[in-house]
Amino acid sequence: MSANTNQASPVIAAPPRYKRYATWALFLALIIVCSIQTEVTPYQLIRGLPQMGFLLGEMVPPDWSYLPKIWEPMVETIQIALVGTMLGGLLAIPFALLCAYNVTSNRWVAMPVRLILNLVRTIPDLLFAAIFVAVFGIGPFAGMLAILFFSFGLIAKLTFEAIESIDPGPLEAMTAVGANKLQLIVFAVLPQAMPYYMSYLLYAFEVNVRAASVLGLVGAGGIGLLLDRSLGLFRYDRAAIIILLTLAVVLVIDYASTVVRRKLL
Amino acid sequence: MNSISARRPLWHRIRPWVWIAVLIAVYLWAFNGLNFEGVQSTAKSVSLSILNGFMHPDWDYVYDPEGEDLLRGLLETLTISILGTFVSAFLCIPFAFWAAANMSKLRAISGTGKVVLSVIRVFPEMIVAILFIKAVGPGSFAGVLALGVHSVGMLAKLYAESIESIDQGPSEALTAAGASKLQVLWFAVLPQVIPQFFSYALYRFEINMRSATTLGLVGAGGIGTPLLFALTSRNWNRVGVILLGIIILVILTDLISGWIRKKIV
Repeated sequence: MSANTNQASPVIAAPPRYKRYATWALFLALIIVCSIQTEVTPYQLIRGLPQMGFLLGEMVPPDWSYLPKIWEPMVETIQIALVGTMLGGLLAIPFALLCAYNVTSNRWVAMPVRLILNLVRTIPDLLFAAIFVAVFGIGPFAGMLAILFFSFGLIAKLTFEAIESIDPGPLEAMTAVGANKLQLIVFAVLPQAMPYYMSYLLYAFEVNVRAASVLGLVGAGGIGLLLDRSLGLFRYDRAAIIILLTLAVVLVIDYASTVVRRKLL
Repeated sequence: MNSISARRPLWHRIRPWVWIAVLIAVYLWAFNGLNFEGVQSTAKSVSLSILNGFMHPDWDYVYDPEGEDLLRGLLETLTISILGTFVSAFLCIPFAFWAAANMSKLRAISGTGKVVLSVIRVFPEMIVAILFIKAVGPGSFAGVLALGVHSVGMLAKLYAESIESIDQGPSEALTAAGASKLQVLWFAVLPQVIPQFFSYALYRFEINMRSATTLGLVGAGGIGTPLLFALTSRNWNRVGVILLGIIILVILTDLISGWIRKKIV
């Protein structure tokens, strides 16, 4: 009995001390090298603090009379997010189906599609926006495309993981009675994956409203353009009202979307 | 069959259709609202030259012994995200204890902490970045501060959740033995949460890596600045090589950070 308990709880030898010290030393060295490399030092932070205080002081009080003028670009921001999310989400469905091993049994098809998805997801939304502005010119179209590609990568990945985790029972039953691939997808996969897909679509919309609000900084439409302009003209009171409105809209959309998502799942 | 469907209330039968109609109306509004007139007629030729640039990247730009080159830009991006994550990993610890429900007796304290964190979270990091650029001038320092402040929102929330899920046994034992609050924190709480803190910080580092590549687009240091120059001067071969560099850097850091995270937890 006592021998058993001894075996059940063996004394775990603590890792040697020098190992822990070495890890910390390495970590500290990395941080110091980084801060020398980028010339980021606490001294600079202290030097920048008064300037930051001045900036915040200039922002109060916000220029409320500017509010009617920024309403339209704010609506455009939401429209960019809506259209980009929907088109990206639609594009994501076939790719998610092609990626999922339980729908596409041929790995030679699924693997390259996964690779494409992974590549798309390494590129951040603002980078897409900068490229599309160069291609299609300044305006909301470039922003919409950037949102489209960004949400495509996000939704396709989340959805294919959801598809892979569905109950295999209906799939096997349909295959057993001789259903073809299309019937399999429509009657066995989609009904199970749909709630998840809708929830991811809403989540992507939340993220995209936030992304769309800064697209204007690179010229891709929306409220960001006005923010950039106000800051350039040193109108910090206007910048403050733009930031406040953006925050309010994002918070409301986040809240609404969370409520709907909780109902879906 | 008929009698069953007839017994269902009218609202239940028409509800899906009402939702679909609402959705269609919203999307019609969004599509009509967006003004896509500014699309350049040269878009096709520009896309082709970008593809061409991808096929023939400007390899000379990868390493240039004197002056700006790809490797230096990528290194700067990497250091910005390492430092930004480092700053936020420490900055968020007090916020995490503030927002954790089991660390304070009053519900209101942790509640306000959670609200503060969600406000920080919805604040787009590009807006934080341009505010810091205005305060401390353009460069990587503004980028580090932007990542450091923005990451607190998500990181402190995750930290707070892991503090909330700790085993209360050790804390109670220490309190019973007469330890002070600080001693309980140091010997019972921290040892349980430190591995998770590291894991979350690494996860955030992966996200920051992606953000750091775009910070330069607004002037906050890193590879984004040379990319913007290459885009505006229509040097597509250089755009190609920079994008390749970004993709490789992001994939590599994802792999390394994922490997370390698996070792920690």
